[in-house]
Amino acid sequence: MTEVAEHVEVHRHPLPTSFITKYIFSVDHKVIGIQYMLLALVAAFVGMGLSLLVRIRLVWPAEPFGLLETLFPVGAPDGVMTPEFYLAMLTMHGTIMVFMVLTTAPQGGFGNYILPIQVGAADMAFPTLNMLSFWTTFLSFMALMAAFFVQGGAPISGWTAYPPLSALNEATIGGYGQDLWILSIALFCIGSLLGALNFIVTTLHLRTKGLTMMRLPLTVWTWFVTAILGLLAFGVLLSAGALLLMDRMAGTSFFIPGGLVVNDVIIDHTGGSPILWQHLFWFFGHPEVYIAILPGMGVTSHILSTFSRKPVFGYKAMVYAILAIGGLGFVVWGHHMFVSGMSPYSAFVFSILTMVIGVPSAIKTFNWIGTLWGGRIRFASPMLYSIGFVSLFVTGGISGIFLGQPTIDLFFHDTYFVVAHFHLIMGVAAIFGMFSGMTFWFPKMFGRLMNEGLNKVHFWITFAGVYAIFGPMHYLGIIAHPRRYAETTSVDYLAAAGANELHYFITIAAMVTIAAQFLFLFNFVWSLLKGKVTTDPNPWEATTLEWVTSTPPAHDNFEGKIPIVNHGPYEFSVPGNERDFVMQCNAPDAAPAQDH
Amino acid sequence: MASVVTTPEPRLRTPTQSPPLADGHGTGNGGARARDGDGGGPHGSNSAAAVERYKLGVKVGSGGIVMVFAAFTSALVVRSGLGGDWKAFDLPAVLWLSTAVLLLSSISIEKAKRAMRDGLEVGLQRWLNVTAILGAVFLVTQLVGWQQLTDRGIYVATNPSSSFFYVLTAGHGLHLFGGLLALTYVVFRVWRATPWPTKEAAIEGAALYWHFMDGLWVYLFVLLLVWR
Amino acid sequence: MAFLLGLLIWFIAIALAVPFVTQWWPLPDTITEHARQVDAQYNLTVWVTGVIFLIAQLALGYAVFKFGSNRPGRASHVRGNDRWELLWTTAATVLFIGLTFMGYTVWAEARFTEAATARPADDRLIVEVVGQQFVWNMRYAGRDGKFGPTDIKLMDDSIGNALGVDRDHADGKDDIIVPRMAVPVNREVELMLKSKDVLHNFFVPELRIKLDTVPGITGTLRFKADKTGTYEIVCSELCGLGHYKMRSFLDVMEPDAYEKWLVDQESFLE
Repeated sequence: MTEVAEHVEVHRHPLPTSFITKYIFSVDHKVIGIQYMLLALVAAFVGMGLSLLVRIRLVWPAEPFGLLETLFPVGAPDGVMTPEFYLAMLTMHGTIMVFMVLTTAPQGGFGNYILPIQVGAADMAFPTLNMLSFWTTFLSFMALMAAFFVQGGAPISGWTAYPPLSALNEATIGGYGQDLWILSIALFCIGSLLGALNFIVTTLHLRTKGLTMMRLPLTVWTWFVTAILGLLAFGVLLSAGALLLMDRMAGTSFFIPGGLVVNDVIIDHTGGSPILWQHLFWFFGHPEVYIAILPGMGVTSHILSTFSRKPVFGYKAMVYAILAIGGLGFVVWGHHMFVSGMSPYSAFVFSILTMVIGVPSAIKTFNWIGTLWGGRIRFASPMLYSIGFVSLFVTGGISGIFLGQPTIDLFFHDTYFVVAHFHLIMGVAAIFGMFSGMTFWFPKMFGRLMNEGLNKVHFWITFAGVYAIFGPMHYLGIIAHPRRYAETTSVDYLAAAGANELHYFITIAAMVTIAAQFLFLFNFVWSLLKGKVTTDPNPWEATTLEWVTSTPPAHDNFEGKIPIVNHGPYEFSVPGNERDFVMQCNAPDAAPAQDH
Repeated sequence: MASVVTTPEPRLRTPTQSPPLADGHGTGNGGARARDGDGGGPHGSNSAAAVERYKLGVKVGSGGIVMVFAAFTSALVVRSGLGGDWKAFDLPAVLWLSTAVLLLSSISIEKAKRAMRDGLEVGLQRWLNVTAILGAVFLVTQLVGWQQLTDRGIYVATNPSSSFFYVLTAGHGLHLFGGLLALTYVVFRVWRATPWPTKEAAIEGAALYWHFMDGLWVYLFVLLLVWR
Repeated sequence: MAFLLGLLIWFIAIALAVPFVTQWWPLPDTITEHARQVDAQYNLTVWVTGVIFLIAQLALGYAVFKFGSNRPGRASHVRGNDRWELLWTTAATVLFIGLTFMGYTVWAEARFTEAATARPADDRLIVEVVGQQFVWNMRYAGRDGKFGPTDIKLMDDSIGNALGVDRDHADGKDDIIVPRMAVPVNREVELMLKSKDVLHNFFVPELRIKLDTVPGITGTLRFKADKTGTYEIVCSELCGLGHYKMRSFLDVMEPDAYEKWLVDQESFLE
């Protein structure tokens, strides 16, 4: 019995034959998707290593560690990490995680692999461009890594690179680290723009017959809107980066004002505005964080529905919420700048808009709970991670309500309260979206099964662990612990208020949680090589088009027979049906015709 | 409601059975944009669909590029207001020639496109060649303009106004150069006359991009002229 | 599994919320009326968001616990509920935007010129705060009430003239430059915030105000402390290697103690 009721025959294309065209310079969106995922995986572990160093220094700032001296003779002479090393680790941690993990894996990784299949296409609209996008991103990662190895080391100005600190070598140890950083970011922008182009054209043009926009899986909706955000945001970052590089190397003064004296050196620049950089950066930066979270939201909706055996609660509302989040994401950037010296009147406008953007997020949250409610939940590991996503998103989102009010931000800006907020949303919820997607699509992608037990253990430790790490950071914020401090020793009130105990707890929790990630890595690699082979096209009894391809999918996904879609994406537990799911390509009379 | 688990024999629909796809429309209730049905994917045999796809790609890409220059524009506006050190200077006269050359090249690529639609291979080749040459000439005039400025002692760091001049012209020039490379590829491929299923799409896409570069230049030129 | 997960979610939600509500790690002391108003807005937000937070997490935990696949029957084929949708959308909108409007006056008073200048200006003590890598310098205008002109060419940390004050100028002769800020209690203070090199940020937790010091711009903050004591000033914008130790003190003194302090500073000038 085949699930595909009707299909369209299309012309097939010859398969690539050489190793290079099959696995290196492949134009197959599935290979490219895996390449992005592998890039993100490597980057994630580098980023986690950096965070471990950061956490260790915070708790033991003066303690010598022999291992560190061996590994980092310049950054940790005598085994004690210098403040510049701390700031460099912090800067690169943020940069690597935000760009090379959160912007690559959910979109470039899963989006690339799954979107064409979910819309019933044989590949992306422009496969060669897709390949170029990946390799540009790869180059970007190489440039970023190179910053560690040049004289002066990696930049120390934070992932936000505010000038004048980022523009003046006189204000730091100097060196080409910051320049390599800017080059890396510029390359990343280009790769992302090209990728966004592909996603948008594919979603608009390559949907199979019967697949209207309102029958799209929510995963596709989020990848689509994320691509639009990326298209409109990355260009601005590219411009800003170009101008900053020119201030550093060409003697211009876009961001550097006049009359600066840095360590008794009079700086020969004039007329620039540091706040201009912040506007440009955050005009990009805010959509960027929605780029980081939207795909995770799409995956969560998808998984919650599939494993509750229920349609998504309020599909239309979910779509509107995605569009609202995307659109509003462009007009709230000022909430990063309430105390920047920007006009306090504009702060009020940005605040109202920021609160408004909380509303579609709240809608999505309640709809997720509504999806679970009355379901028949199957507690497989993808579902565990998605449930975890909801909890983490609620917690992280709530702290945003504090920060979005300028009155309260007067106190919390640049404290650990902010660090708690964005880590819970980006550094954890978004990551859980990835775990969810990975465990869900692994059998389909690789034709092997992951060890479910190990995934579950990983989930429990990680879920409890991330709360143990980032929950206490709220309290560090409440006692007014500033961000980006290499140690607490120079401020009396921190120790008095209990900061050191909190840091200790957080660091231990971080060590345990980071260790647990190796369980996942092990499971991933082991399952790839030695996992139980499966050819089951639909192990999860899901409904969308990727679950009718062979496992793994053929080179052109549907082997020349593109299914025609007759149903919405979440037809679960339709009354009167023997089976509790109807696939999108099943015959039209398989479910009552209820389009959204 | 009867069980519908067992599906009937898969009904095969070949392209000949579908309605004419000349303008990329399918039938039925599928597809908001009726792009479904050709299902040919990126290697689609349907030329009209490929044209639409390439054109959309260029439009979307142009959207991304617009944002780059929107950011530069806003930086220019803000920077000229602050700092109090903005000194306007006379633009090199050769830029008027640049503009004329680029406008002419838009006309020539449009003629190339028309020739292709009318099936006139010779005209197509000729007008493509003219466009490519004019594009190269445009870039040369830009370099001449830069030279004229440096002769006057106006360099990139001389004044914020000159900084933006170089940034905007270089940015545009880079994108135009990319377009020129693509155009050269098209010229070559048309000359080789080997089978090229996406030929129409490539030429339509190239023409659209070229017009966008032209429009962008006109915008930048006016901005630089007017913003003192 | 379901039970454990539901329980864990509930546990985490309560464990997170309790320290907020009990202020186990308390907010720093408040020493101005503005600070108390900020705290009032904060507490209001804790309650509003706390309720939303607990409802969401407890509902999530409950759903996880109750609706396992071992429950008899099928899942309900509910596609949504417009009434509920409208309800929580409206509630969220009203609550979120309401919170912002409620806090608006506090923000306005702290940052908007008109609100601040509505208060009497004559009694205002003006202190210039200059941040540089990695120290704070405070400048007082001295008896003449006028700040002397500065020149970057005169800046020399080693001779105690980090701000480059022209000591030969009549206005500049009596300017007092100190590394710690002293203010009298119950007096309106206006800070002129500047930076010599990169971005810094002037923050005193007990005042509940902070502002970036942007080179090339003078920012303004105002406060009126009503409790004596010593409070720390901590830099709150990454400014380089010594960011973590760019710390100074705000000494709020009784008026006569402040007068004595002024006299002492003047004597150092001679």
